[in-house]
Amino acid sequence: MKIIKAEKITKVVADLCVKANCVLRQDILRKLKAAYRQEKNSRAKKALGAIIENARIAQKEKLAICQDTGLPIVFITLGQNVKITGELKKAVLKGIELGYKKGNFRESVIVDPLARGKSTYRGAVMHTDIVKGDKLKITVMPKGFGCENKSQFKMFNPTAGPEEIKKFIINAVKSSGADACPPYIVGVGIGGSADYAGFLAKVALLKNINAKRSRFERDLERAIGRLSIGPMGLGGKVTCLAVRIERFPTHIAGLPVAVNISCHALRSASRTL
Amino acid sequence: MKRIKTPLSEKDILGLKAGDEVLLNGEIYTGRDQAHKRMVKKIPFNIKQAVIYYCGPTKTPRGKIIGSCGPTTSSRMDAFTPALLKKGLKGMVGKGSRSKEVRQAIKKYKAVYFLAYAGCGALISKYVKRAKPVAYADLGPEAIYKLKVKDLPLIVGIDAKGRSIYA
Repeated sequence: MKIIKAEKITKVVADLCVKANCVLRQDILRKLKAAYRQEKNSRAKKALGAIIENARIAQKEKLAICQDTGLPIVFITLGQNVKITGELKKAVLKGIELGYKKGNFRESVIVDPLARGKSTYRGAVMHTDIVKGDKLKITVMPKGFGCENKSQFKMFNPTAGPEEIKKFIINAVKSSGADACPPYIVGVGIGGSADYAGFLAKVALLKNINAKRSRFERDLERAIGRLSIGPMGLGGKVTCLAVRIERFPTHIAGLPVAVNISCHALRSASRTL
Repeated sequence: MKRIKTPLSEKDILGLKAGDEVLLNGEIYTGRDQAHKRMVKKIPFNIKQAVIYYCGPTKTPRGKIIGSCGPTTSSRMDAFTPALLKKGLKGMVGKGSRSKEVRQAIKKYKAVYFLAYAGCGALISKYVKRAKPVAYADLGPEAIYKLKVKDLPLIVGIDAKGRSIYA
């Protein structure tokens, strides 16, 4: 049995909020630099250059990579042999408030989605998974809503083939066009239930984008590349940096597919205690 | 690269073509969703020949002029834009495409829509030389700020003839 204090969790979450918002993920930066080297279209190349320079300034000056510091999505993997003194949920929310305040990030969360009202630092989507062992892993993903707004979901018939699914995913990117800050990272969740497929699409965005991808993922990357949306929608080769997919068992009668688009500033940071 | 300044003159506007790269100088006003909802009723600044920047910056860190301040998705402002153009707005800065109605209104009122480097809020903050709150402080990040910009790099998205970079 390992004991972790709630105060410790608060501190770690606060640090992760600052890191995720100010330091671009290394896998993303690496891919952007490769894209910059490959791009021939001069306007698109300039846009990629600005994106890379932006990441450098943000890290150096501790500025947010993007003014949309997002809705915080928190993934918690809790070993069942960990005992937390204090309240886990409260500790996480407090950490977010502290981290966002410290980073001078934007208050982008409103407490009531219908009444709207004043924006705050209060609120985060939390996903908790309980596993064996005595470790606690926390991941913070500040998700911007320019791209979140372009999410799509569909319940396919179980007889639908991969080509139909591909078409749906490609169209989701096509309809995002220039609006959601391309080049995109496309997260896809296939299987589970309606709600779970959306969760899987988010989890897919946590995967390393330079790791080995499946043939299905690579086929999609090529097809999306042919849309020629390009950085900032100015055309060129690089419309998406990667497609990542998460699969899960589903029912014989259905085939849920969720697409979660991320802008080029895909931000997340993790720590294991 | 063309250097233009605010308030935008008709001559400058008519000299721009979709795809042109420009450096913008002078004062511009931030305004996004909630501010637009209010502005269509009453505009809290002189909108004649003005430029609105679709932006909700982060808080300003100590010792800095402004925080991260990149453009937000312009299409969310589409429903409000023709009314503001009618009142004299001449320039908009944002990211992404606009509706057919907005494109037609830009042509009708001889205005211009610019693209700023999207997702580059830290970089863009370097071009802001002054930031002053103007109205709607209760909206927090969605309040209207007057920004003084120097050589802010932009690309003409839609010109006064209604030509679009995305078409």
